[in-house]
Amino acid sequence: MIIRILGEGQFRVADAALADLNSADDAIEKAVAADDQQALSQALAALHAKVVAAGQPVADDELEDSDLILPAADASVEEVRELLEESQEGLLPG
Amino acid sequence: MSGIFQRMSMIFRAKADKALDRAEDPRETLDYSYQRQLELLQKVRRGVADVATSRKRVELQANGLNTQIDKLNAQAKKALEVGREDLAREALTRKSGLQQQLGDLQTQHAQLQGEEEKLVRASQRLQAKVDAFRTRKETIKATYSAAEAQTRINEAFTGIGEEMGDVGLAIQRAEDKTAEMQARAGAVDELIASGVLEDQTGQSKDDITLELERLASTSDVETELAAMKAALSGGSASTPAIEGQGTASQPAADQGAQPTAAPTEAPGQQVNGQTQAAQPNTRENR
Repeated sequence: MIIRILGEGQFRVADAALADLNSADDAIEKAVAADDQQALSQALAALHAKVVAAGQPVADDELEDSDLILPAADASVEEVRELLEESQEGLLPG
Repeated sequence: MSGIFQRMSMIFRAKADKALDRAEDPRETLDYSYQRQLELLQKVRRGVADVATSRKRVELQANGLNTQIDKLNAQAKKALEVGREDLAREALTRKSGLQQQLGDLQTQHAQLQGEEEKLVRASQRLQAKVDAFRTRKETIKATYSAAEAQTRINEAFTGIGEEMGDVGLAIQRAEDKTAEMQARAGAVDELIASGVLEDQTGQSKDDITLELERLASTSDVETELAAMKAALSGGSASTPAIEGQGTASQPAADQGAQPTAAPTEAPGQQVNGQTQAAQPNTRENR
């Protein structure tokens, strides 16, 4: 599975390592909903560290689309919200 | 898994699909897309240059602030030497204000540097992907029928489309940050220009310097007076400070009182307090 960290490039991560990443999703969604910048930055940084540790960088000249895309580590709550609001589902309140 | 991140991936894919939908002959759009990729590469490189310019500006400002801080430090020391604690306090107060500004600038500098490094890496990645796309594009155009090409093109498009989306966002972020920095940098420039940092009187010197110079010239005059008195009573004319003063002791003493007032009359001509105080005397006495 290929994961892109925005601004950092793509990483190929073994499916076995993915279970560990699931928990971060909740934390990030909660942080965005609660407008908690510090929690968001922490959750993103922890998640990125896991991805980078578990994955191999995808070669620059490989043209593959990613299965997952993660916001940049220094993304603000507003940026992440904007990204999410662009999806048709509009899952986030407000 | 990971609902948020899957949605984000879908956004990027939807954007690439939208670009594809506009295509009439898929193979023609390969060239069109390649053009757009090259444009984006140009944009990233300009972005890198813009961020570097901003970073250099912040560096220059930090250097300027450092110079000011050193100067205020020296002033405080000098003021203490002549027993003016109030002046020293004023200089140190200003210094601490500037140190805060400097701290801000250093944070900004680190941010810009990070932004610059990210953009440089993004530009390298995009360059490699654009090259890969070009190779694939030529293969597709040479080998496949239009129908077959469509699938291959889809693959190539989504791969490059995502990278373009990412780089596009990175440029956007860098632009926003740079604009923010420039606004702040402008504020610091304005501070310097309005004289809060440099001077408060529109002259080339700030008030602390003027006060210190006034004190210095007063004490210089006193020293010189004492030396002349000693020379008159002692009779020796060999030291440079009292050269040719045998007939001019009274006028020199009168002149000696004036330099203390001189700084307000012609401050622009002062180089420093000591030469300013010493010159009128030596000139008069020759």
